[in-house]
Amino acid sequence: MTTKHDDVTPLDEGERDDLTVAAVTIGRRGLLRAAALGGIGLGVLGALTETVAAASQPATTTPTGPTKQWCMIIDLRLCNGCRLCTTACQTAHYLHEDQTWMNVYTMQNAAGEDYYMPRPCMMCEDPACVPVCPVGANFRTDEGLVLVDQNKCIGTRICMNACPYDARYFNWTQPVPAPRQPFKQEPEWPVPQVIGTVGKCVNCAAMLPSGQLPECVTNCPMGVLYFGDLTSDVAVNGMGATIKISTYLAENDAVVFKEEYGTHPRVYYIPGHGQDLNNNPSAS
Amino acid sequence: MTDVLDPIAERRVATPGDAGLRAVAMRPVLETPGWWWPTVVVLGAVVVLGVVAWVYQVANGLGTAGYNDGAFWAIYEANLVAFIGVSYGGAVVSAILRLTHAEWRAPLTRIAEATALVTLPIGMIFIIPHLGSPGKVWELVWPTYWNLSSPILWDFFAVSTYLLATIVFFYLPLIPDAAIALERFDLEPTSGRLRVRQSIYRVLVGRFTGTPGERRRLNGAIGLVAIMIIPMAVSVHSVLSFAFASSSRAGYMETILPVYFVVAALYSGVALVVLSVAASRRLFHLEAFITPRHFVRLGFLMIAFGAAYLYLTFTEYLIDGYSGTTGASAWVYQIVAGRYAIPFWLYFFAGGVLPLVIMAFRRLRTTTGVVVASTLVVLSLWIKRLVIVIPPATEPLVNSPLKSAGVLAGNWGTYHFTWVPISITVAATAAIPLLLLVVFRFFPILSMAEIEEIDDAHERANVGEVGA
Repeated sequence: MTTKHDDVTPLDEGERDDLTVAAVTIGRRGLLRAAALGGIGLGVLGALTETVAAASQPATTTPTGPTKQWCMIIDLRLCNGCRLCTTACQTAHYLHEDQTWMNVYTMQNAAGEDYYMPRPCMMCEDPACVPVCPVGANFRTDEGLVLVDQNKCIGTRICMNACPYDARYFNWTQPVPAPRQPFKQEPEWPVPQVIGTVGKCVNCAAMLPSGQLPECVTNCPMGVLYFGDLTSDVAVNGMGATIKISTYLAENDAVVFKEEYGTHPRVYYIPGHGQDLNNNPSAS
Repeated sequence: MTDVLDPIAERRVATPGDAGLRAVAMRPVLETPGWWWPTVVVLGAVVVLGVVAWVYQVANGLGTAGYNDGAFWAIYEANLVAFIGVSYGGAVVSAILRLTHAEWRAPLTRIAEATALVTLPIGMIFIIPHLGSPGKVWELVWPTYWNLSSPILWDFFAVSTYLLATIVFFYLPLIPDAAIALERFDLEPTSGRLRVRQSIYRVLVGRFTGTPGERRRLNGAIGLVAIMIIPMAVSVHSVLSFAFASSSRAGYMETILPVYFVVAALYSGVALVVLSVAASRRLFHLEAFITPRHFVRLGFLMIAFGAAYLYLTFTEYLIDGYSGTTGASAWVYQIVAGRYAIPFWLYFFAGGVLPLVIMAFRRLRTTTGVVVASTLVVLSLWIKRLVIVIPPATEPLVNSPLKSAGVLAGNWGTYHFTWVPISITVAATAAIPLLLLVVFRFFPILSMAEIEEIDDAHERANVGEVGA
């Protein structure tokens, strides 16, 4: 696959195997069996090593481990840049206008046409923001969510320095006041925001246990955003479409943003293939 | 021969009103010049205004200091680096010159060490306005939430350790001086003010009586601390640079950064020592002990670091600009020819080239010349710290590479200077002379024991020559 966006790096062959294998339980067993039969070349042996490594991680079928590994898939081909995801998120979480848990960037392809790139928190498997915090206010849950503890955050902003995705912002002034919330004020639902602390997308973590999708996903009228679970290999978008993650990512040449930074994001982008869907009314 | 030795012997005389070493060194402690109280009140008022600005910031958020998501680090972080940086002068002049047996240092050491002693805590205080939630600063002090993988926590450890070492390094050479001062007080009619100092000196002196054995052990201890304080000083600015460098941002992620920070600190540190020595010399009439020669020597020491710093600046921007990865070349462009060009070139000429020129020509290398050069260095190195801290913090990280001219034209953030951080910065600057005035009210401004020891050594050498 050739991509024209330098910022969005395509997964190479090994990485794509890795992604698929780590994601799919049944697929992995199949791969193991195939590998045991010995009919597969070196590339798959590499994948096998990855499989063994993946098997020791929490994302497995062990009954004691977490049952969910949240991820997001963003189909850039469908985004028309309406930014309803951003406003829905800001309304739900009582954020200032410039506090973007979900930001939509206007990008440009090689043909000079605009396209749009939604950017939530990448929920990295190796987040750059977590190790740098002097008081451990950033942490990653067993279900793969990177969260901020408002009570611990002292506001050094070194996590804003570390994040390669500009996904963090700071409460420079008094936050938007929020009425009584359906959830406790905790890292999973940091509403209202706290002055002098850092904030970022939490994938609406408090809503997930009851089966609700994040606000941005629910409110996307184009069905751009899929939210899913790598353990069960299923993701859905706000239009009700359901996909099998492993197949969808492989078939659509999924990429992750700034792969070279080694953060292993759990947000996968389906690049726009030259933006031939003509979803931008201003481009002819 | 006796004619040469006479002035030295004269200095020992410790009667009130004479111009000997002990009298000159003790004068700021014993007498209150007319300008002292007005100066302290004015400087104190400036400091109070800074505290008021900080209270306003705490109530209304860091946004009042001009910060925003497009510029998450700016003036406070630069001040943290700059003020801790100028404290390096104390370590250099005192420790390095002591270890290299540069005897001309002797009249400067107390002033240099006192400058380090007051600038380091002032620099550390910038941690407080830097934090978004200063009420939770105890989390850095108390280990409950410590995250040992964070460079900021290690900054805190390194600076705290260095502060402790600086206090010890100020204290040890003070012991024999306090003993001398106690003797001196016996000649004075005891007043309440002096009795306070007397009891402070008694505590400082402890059981030190000045026997040769004690002197030897004390000098051994000072030498040991002098050796220890140098790697500590290096570690402080190195670790401080890690807080910036431990990221993937162009301009922060530089292997050169620790060296760059340390050399900048030494450079500006020596410059500040020049300024505080010059001011003390004028205000406390130390001309008999601190000569124009001292300034020229300090000036040479300063520009040695200055030349090294220019070289590092050159290599940093050349390599990053030349290798041309998208982020790095955009950053270099913004500094050299873009939105940060004016402050950068201001540093380059005022803080890089001009001091070299001043020190290069015999006619310019006067006391005034060195003081002018040092002033330029201190101010422009502060500007240079802003140029180090602000550009990468305003870098847009999500950019369409194809969007007209790429990141060069990208949506860079902007830091807006407001009255709040400016007041706090001015207050911190005023706190340096304020605290120095207070320190010299309590402790002899010259290291009497050190000067006498070196004089004694010369005397012995001279006597030896005569005898031979």
